[in-house]
Amino acid sequence: MVEITYRDALRDALRDAMAADDRVVVIGEEVGAYGGAYGVTKGLIEEFGPERLIDTPISEPGIVGTAVGAAMTGLRPVAELMYVDFLGLVMDQLANQAAKIRYMFGGQIGVPMVLRTQGGTGRSAGAQHSQSLEAWVMHTPGLRLAMPATAEDAYHLLRQALTLSDPVVFIEHKALYARKETADLTRAPAPWGKAIVRRPGRDATIVTYSRMVHVALEAANRLAALGHDVEVIDLRTLAPLDIETVIASVNRTGRAVALSEGPLTAGVAAELAARISEECFDYLEDPVIRIAGEDIPIPVSPELEAGSVPSVELVVETLTRMLSR
Amino acid sequence: MPINTPLLDFYRTMRRIRSFEEHVADLYVRGGTAGSMLHLSIGEEAAAAGVSAAMKPEDRFTTHHRGHGIFLARGAAPDRMMAEIAGKEVGYCRGKGGSMHIADMALGHLGANAIVGGGIPHVVGAGLSAKRLGTGAVAVAFFGDGAMQQGLLYESMNMAALWELPVVFVCVNNQYGMATRIDHATKVTAFDQRARAFGLAAAMVDGEDVEAVHAAASEIVDGARAGQPGYLAVTCYRFFGHGRMDKSPYRSPEEEAAGRKRDPIAFARARLIERGLSEAAALDAIDTAARAEMAATVDFATAATAPALASMFRDVFAVGEPEPESVRTRIARVLARS
Repeated sequence: MVEITYRDALRDALRDAMAADDRVVVIGEEVGAYGGAYGVTKGLIEEFGPERLIDTPISEPGIVGTAVGAAMTGLRPVAELMYVDFLGLVMDQLANQAAKIRYMFGGQIGVPMVLRTQGGTGRSAGAQHSQSLEAWVMHTPGLRLAMPATAEDAYHLLRQALTLSDPVVFIEHKALYARKETADLTRAPAPWGKAIVRRPGRDATIVTYSRMVHVALEAANRLAALGHDVEVIDLRTLAPLDIETVIASVNRTGRAVALSEGPLTAGVAAELAARISEECFDYLEDPVIRIAGEDIPIPVSPELEAGSVPSVELVVETLTRMLSR
Repeated sequence: MPINTPLLDFYRTMRRIRSFEEHVADLYVRGGTAGSMLHLSIGEEAAAAGVSAAMKPEDRFTTHHRGHGIFLARGAAPDRMMAEIAGKEVGYCRGKGGSMHIADMALGHLGANAIVGGGIPHVVGAGLSAKRLGTGAVAVAFFGDGAMQQGLLYESMNMAALWELPVVFVCVNNQYGMATRIDHATKVTAFDQRARAFGLAAAMVDGEDVEAVHAAASEIVDGARAGQPGYLAVTCYRFFGHGRMDKSPYRSPEEEAAGRKRDPIAFARARLIERGLSEAAALDAIDTAARAEMAATVDFATAATAPALASMFRDVFAVGEPEPESVRTRIARVLARS
């Protein structure tokens, strides 16, 4: 067992993957000498050199497009996008190129690359540096999507992503980098694509991922004090989506909340709610409730920013309402 | 008595910019600004003052994320700027934008931007509307050397030249895109060559000398107004880190010391005295007044109130359109019904 931060676990995963496979290269803005905007790649250039920790100009579409071409021709690139918000710049290379190449070309070749990036609120970084854009990725056939909530998952999901044959978007959360936990990285990981029940419960199920897992767990603790026993499922990957684990839970509890930091409308929580409603209709005591980010750009004012995404209080309030009827 | 010359005005503008930046940096360190990001333009004051003075009141502009100085030079009220950076309701954008997204349509500021190169094409559009509507206004994009490696810049340059729009591209080349020195980001740093290749009038000028910046900018801006779009690179040095907390470990103390000697304010001050246009005491008085003015903006911003929580739903769409229903309201409504 080790005490490790989310940030350090990501760095360990990159280091171990690079040591195990010469084809792995990291390419992005400030990933080399600077060590990454959030410090994830710090020190790796000393171990692996500038040929494998490739600093780029501020040219995001070029970075992702280069990774696509490299992945098609024998490398296993990890492209780093400093903020998920810059998906706006790279969406063509990601959605029209990386995601479709295997399919358009009749299965001749895949694009085994990982696009590492980070998103979410918590640092009052404004409307263009705080978004949760995972729905854009989840909505694009051909892309895999991982969103770890813990250091242990940050490590294992990144290692697993680097063994897959198709493009993976790996979205970290900026508010989790410094989060420390006791983890056993040598223990066999949960399989790629499998959700984990973080807290078992009888009365209701919260289905979530990334930072909202911790919001859900804290809410579940407070709800326990009120006599409500709530289950928390961490999806870990959104594509593939482990709906079986969700169905089993909701069929048992009869109540479901889909919790996401991203905007409510047409978001991940909406997809989860639709799936649960279809699959668990006969077992549901209540409508599936979405708790998600407000349908607004993220404001810079810290008070407004905090108010624009789900809080522990809102989760407690919602579950209390559901469970007190 | 100081003689009222453009150089003295430039000096005053540059001193106010630097003083603003010093005060906002201090407020940031004390936790008084909204957000984790604050990018200072210290060392780049001549680009802001010199180019702005070459523009007319009706001209439009966009800036990058390091745009406080440019906005001030274009006439911004520093108290409302400080309040915006502090995330307050009385700020230019009601506390929704902050340092990287400040704007004021009344002053022609079409917006600062946190996407590198994001605001550049907007001036092509502003040039298009100026031409079509016959306003006579020029549109100026300010951006850093980091944006020189963004493809969008070249699409914008090409369209501005093709359509002969009243547009000027101004690169404030402070040598660094975040932690990457410009010669690590591109092979060719003679940026004016790139602009000429698209058919723009182009120049590079030393950003230590505000009069030289003003002269070069005037020629380019006047040319753009007459239908020949242009490009100007102002070569300067970013005195401090990328953000306020960045201690620039990626560059040597010697380089930094040499870079900070290229100080446009010290340069202008020496020239004013040398030419007998002013004297030390009079310039000190300008400095003192600037400090007092900017200290007052900090008090103003600190005392101002945060925006009401419900204001987060305002301005997603035009006035009169329904605001988004809050998540909390929707949940209460749904659960009350079922």
